[in-house]
Amino acid sequence: MRPEPAIPHEPGAPKPDPVLTVTGMRRSFGGLRAVDIDHLEIQRRTITSLIGPNGAGKTTFFNLLTGFEAPDQGDHMLDGDLLLGIPAHQVAQRGMVRTFQLTKVLPRLTVLENMLVAAKDQPGSSFLGALRGGWGGQERENEKEAGEILDRFGLAAMADEYAGRLSGGQRKLLEMARVLMVRPTVIMLDEPTAGVNPVLIQSLLEHVKDLRDAGMTVVLVEHDMDVVQSISDWVVVMAEGHVIAEGPPKVVARNPAVIEAYLGRHRGVEDQ
Amino acid sequence: MDWIQILVAGVLATVGPVTAGYALSAIGLNLQFGYAGLLNFGHVAFMLMGGYGTAMTVEFGGPLWLGVLVGIAAAALFGLLIGIPTLRLRADYFAITSIAAAEVLRLVVRSSWAEPLTGGVFGIQGFAGDFHGLNPFPAGLYGLGPFVVTGRALWVIVAGWVLVLLATLFVARIMRSPWGRVLKAIREDEDATRSLGKNVFAYKLQALMIGGGIASLAGILFAVEQQSIYPASFEPRITFIVFVMVILGGAGTIWGAVLGAAVFNFLFFGIDALMARLQANVDWIGAILSPAEAGLIKYVFVGIALILLIVFRAQGLLRGRDEGLGDAT
Repeated sequence: MRPEPAIPHEPGAPKPDPVLTVTGMRRSFGGLRAVDIDHLEIQRRTITSLIGPNGAGKTTFFNLLTGFEAPDQGDHMLDGDLLLGIPAHQVAQRGMVRTFQLTKVLPRLTVLENMLVAAKDQPGSSFLGALRGGWGGQERENEKEAGEILDRFGLAAMADEYAGRLSGGQRKLLEMARVLMVRPTVIMLDEPTAGVNPVLIQSLLEHVKDLRDAGMTVVLVEHDMDVVQSISDWVVVMAEGHVIAEGPPKVVARNPAVIEAYLGRHRGVEDQ
Repeated sequence: MDWIQILVAGVLATVGPVTAGYALSAIGLNLQFGYAGLLNFGHVAFMLMGGYGTAMTVEFGGPLWLGVLVGIAAAALFGLLIGIPTLRLRADYFAITSIAAAEVLRLVVRSSWAEPLTGGVFGIQGFAGDFHGLNPFPAGLYGLGPFVVTGRALWVIVAGWVLVLLATLFVARIMRSPWGRVLKAIREDEDATRSLGKNVFAYKLQALMIGGGIASLAGILFAVEQQSIYPASFEPRITFIVFVMVILGGAGTIWGAVLGAAVFNFLFFGIDALMARLQANVDWIGAILSPAEAGLIKYVFVGIALILLIVFRAQGLLRGRDEGLGDAT
């Protein structure tokens, strides 16, 4: 489902079916206001790209949304569920799962173990559950699910290799595949194509589209404008902590405020 | 030179209560450090809690079996108390606060105002009569050839190694479970594990408490064997000796902790016996080393061994941690 054409192309625009709603979110580091967003809604079942020049506050915003950092003020709702003060692991359990700019596989676990760690339903994950035993049946089911996902991501042959042996691109794939084991509703990808070769980028993007088509909402931070233009349903532009523009990719690319944010404000490049 | 006697000293230490005790301590540290990646530099405090928990319970009129349970519980509680404020810190801060906590505990136990409870620097004696009373081995000597132990020692040895076996099987069982897999994931990358919906803090706390509970058995075994306990037995160097054992055997392997304790103690006590005889029998060594100085050489060996180990085989004898990955991480 794509956003309706009726959504105004302006910061804070209301969406017909927002899965994520951010209100009055502020976060400062010393004197620097890293994130200062009055209102933002993310439409369900879309790919929304978050772009902006370096230092715009995109990664900090990601951290705030996923509970890895706490905002000074403001809150956000996931599916009508207030996430104020909820720690990172509970945000993930509630269905919003992130990846990292610097890929974080678990190197001395196998690819399959990387997947199984993320499995949502596993009574043996608690200490008492592990002692009690009887988690083997669930383990078989999780292995089956993990095997299917690995197959889709072309990693099935590597299932028993240590994740530390994978190439950079394969690690990105594994990180994305692993997220699915948590059964998320919203997937937050922090620079999914950084350091990935162009051939693999295409297959990565196909996977991202598949996630949306399977009913998930994808929010991604991305620097590569070709990538943004090719897969985004909606683009949110940040600069100096604010959302300065949002809209469909083609519209945003023509927005004077966006061009100004990327090329410099008030003054020409030569004056700086 | 009597090489047989040197060998006997090494072997008896390896099969004796000292190795069983250190193996228990190493099994606990292996769970915390080898699997969960916790840089616990205050490990000796768990042994102290176990030993003193047992000795004080008996001192105040409780039965020995209750003392053992109190010792284990006290160690786990100590893990909870130091874990809650410190486990949210970065790994290096946790390391510093854990060694500080262990030293504070030792100094409190040996302080004069704690003397009515702990016996201060004099410690507590004669609380394990119940255990030695249960000894099924009649008095006398048991052994093969030159390797001989008393019936009393044999009883401690059997009890100690049964505990080692049970602790090893326990750790093997929980580490094969999904819980154990999460622990390894935390060792690899805390933030990644957190992002997958796992409560990293709770897992680390559990690892600290369970590993501490296992290590408390070491303190209990030493205290029961010797029928006495002193604060001086729980200095920080014990923690680092246990670290050497865990790394030597292979951090993050099931049998590495036991193997590391055995190999370490064989060399440690073998070198001790060797140096004592060299000092007594070789003139020029006797001229430069007093008997007391010769007895310290084994600690020099510990330092050199640790350096060589880290440089040449950081993954340990059983290929722990690195797991054949080499530089691929």
